[in-house]
Amino acid sequence: MIEVRIHGRGGQGAVVASKILAVTIFKEGKYVQSFPNFGVERRGAPVTAYTRIDNKVIFLRCKIYNPDHVVILDPSLIEAINITEGLKEKGWVIINSDKEPSHFNSLLKKYRVATVDAHSIALKHGLGSKANPIVNTAILGAFCKTTGLFRLSSLLEAVREEVPAAQERNVQAVEDAYHQVKY
Amino acid sequence: MKKILMGNHAVSYGALLSRVEVIAAYPITPQTQVVEELSKMCAQGKLKARYINVESEHSAMAACIAAEQAGARTFTATSSHGLTLMHELLHWAAGARLPIVMANINRSMAPGWSIWTDQNDSLSQRDTGWLQIYCESNQEVFDSIIQAYKIAERVLLPVMVVLDAFVLSHTYEPVDIPEQELVDQFLSKLDYPYKLDVKNPCSFGSLLPPEYYLELRYKMQKAMEEAHDVIIKVDKEYQQMFGRSYGGLVEEYRTEDAELVLVASSTVASTARMVVEQLRDEGVKVGMIKMRFFRPFPTQEVVNALKGKKKVAVIDRNISYGQGGIFCEEIRSVLYNIDQHERPPVFGYIAGLGGRDITPTTIREILSHTLKEDKPKENIIWIGVKH
Repeated sequence: MIEVRIHGRGGQGAVVASKILAVTIFKEGKYVQSFPNFGVERRGAPVTAYTRIDNKVIFLRCKIYNPDHVVILDPSLIEAINITEGLKEKGWVIINSDKEPSHFNSLLKKYRVATVDAHSIALKHGLGSKANPIVNTAILGAFCKTTGLFRLSSLLEAVREEVPAAQERNVQAVEDAYHQVKY
Repeated sequence: MKKILMGNHAVSYGALLSRVEVIAAYPITPQTQVVEELSKMCAQGKLKARYINVESEHSAMAACIAAEQAGARTFTATSSHGLTLMHELLHWAAGARLPIVMANINRSMAPGWSIWTDQNDSLSQRDTGWLQIYCESNQEVFDSIIQAYKIAERVLLPVMVVLDAFVLSHTYEPVDIPEQELVDQFLSKLDYPYKLDVKNPCSFGSLLPPEYYLELRYKMQKAMEEAHDVIIKVDKEYQQMFGRSYGGLVEEYRTEDAELVLVASSTVASTARMVVEQLRDEGVKVGMIKMRFFRPFPTQEVVNALKGKKKVAVIDRNISYGQGGIFCEEIRSVLYNIDQHERPPVFGYIAGLGGRDITPTTIREILSHTLKEDKPKENIIWIGVKH
């Protein structure tokens, strides 16, 4: 079983990202489960969402405490919360950032780091506003390339189905992030 | 067709494919998406139902009672304080023998204010005359709504389909949604025998002197007893049509040669399957029974599954203050009259109240404790209490 934890801020689409991830992997014939952190959500406050992936039916029904990978939609969360809590060694930390992975030195001791400037990619494709770009689809493109857990084509199909508006612009953002991610 | 659905939307789809005709509901966290989706389905014309906005859950159930009495297949969904506000009318719905189906998302009662899961909201409706089904997956939620209508309309008692807050309500997973035509074959149109009819005027809910009241209650109990066989039959019919079965009232899991049997319900039963497998791999003879129905209580099934076992451990995500875990007490009660030599000691554990996570570690701790002790030293064994 592979477990993924997504950190974002309320309004950035972390929960939707976890669902798109589930839909993508389900398309490839695997079993999936995705859920938000059980609680009340407020715009701007830290939000966590989870996805489980397995080749067999998933009976486990509790929170994820030891994720294989984490996805960070907002780099300011790195200072605010413990984003690597319980993360397995050598797990990927995929960060929305314009910096190089080497910038995150302290993380590199135990984990693998990938970065993608999802912020600029989202703005380029007119997703969200300058103050609040919607980066959830772009970061999944980076996740796809970095982890190799599923095909880009499955992800694009899921984005077209699951994103409520501007599907094609989201698809382009996913493709850009897929090609631009650094790791 | 398989779709990735949240538990709440599995409820909505269950109501959609059951072709409900009247929905009266009031939104409450964590049930809101159930009724949002249903109102959308009505607005889009996908569901030809009258959606009634009401000012409270008490009114929601009152509207459902009236609609069902008029002969319409009726649905509502609620949670926690919403359910307990309905309490008076839950008695009415069952007493009037109305086959209403309702989903309840298990959410703890305040104070302290909580939106997370435990079973006290639904279990405190125990004596209202509603059947109760506790689900462990979104698929079971969907299937149970459809089964619930068939059961309710046959025994003329209302059914509550219960699912855990967040652990199911907000969790997305694959759900197989069958074709409408198949569901139509399984569940025919409601033909309620005692409906309001201007050609045959009757009085409903009028004053009933002591000469008659007892007999109505006797018939309610008989209907609950009849429900036992109906539930098993409906589950079998469902399997024939859709290929999925839930064992009727309870499911036995690896109990055949088990010495220790765990009793669990809702999503705890799902996680417990994993732990049972792990312990089996380690050579421990452990099994589980999943309590799917709480009312009618599966007395015979519980006795058959537990008699002669060495030990029983019950996990309750609920409490009856001054007594203990509610499932545990009922299980002890049905075991009382069996032969003393076949009666296992029953360990009662309380865990996970207010949405405290129940993980494989929690369940392992419960099983290890049961294996270690000969007999329960206390009526309640609390798990994870911080002092």
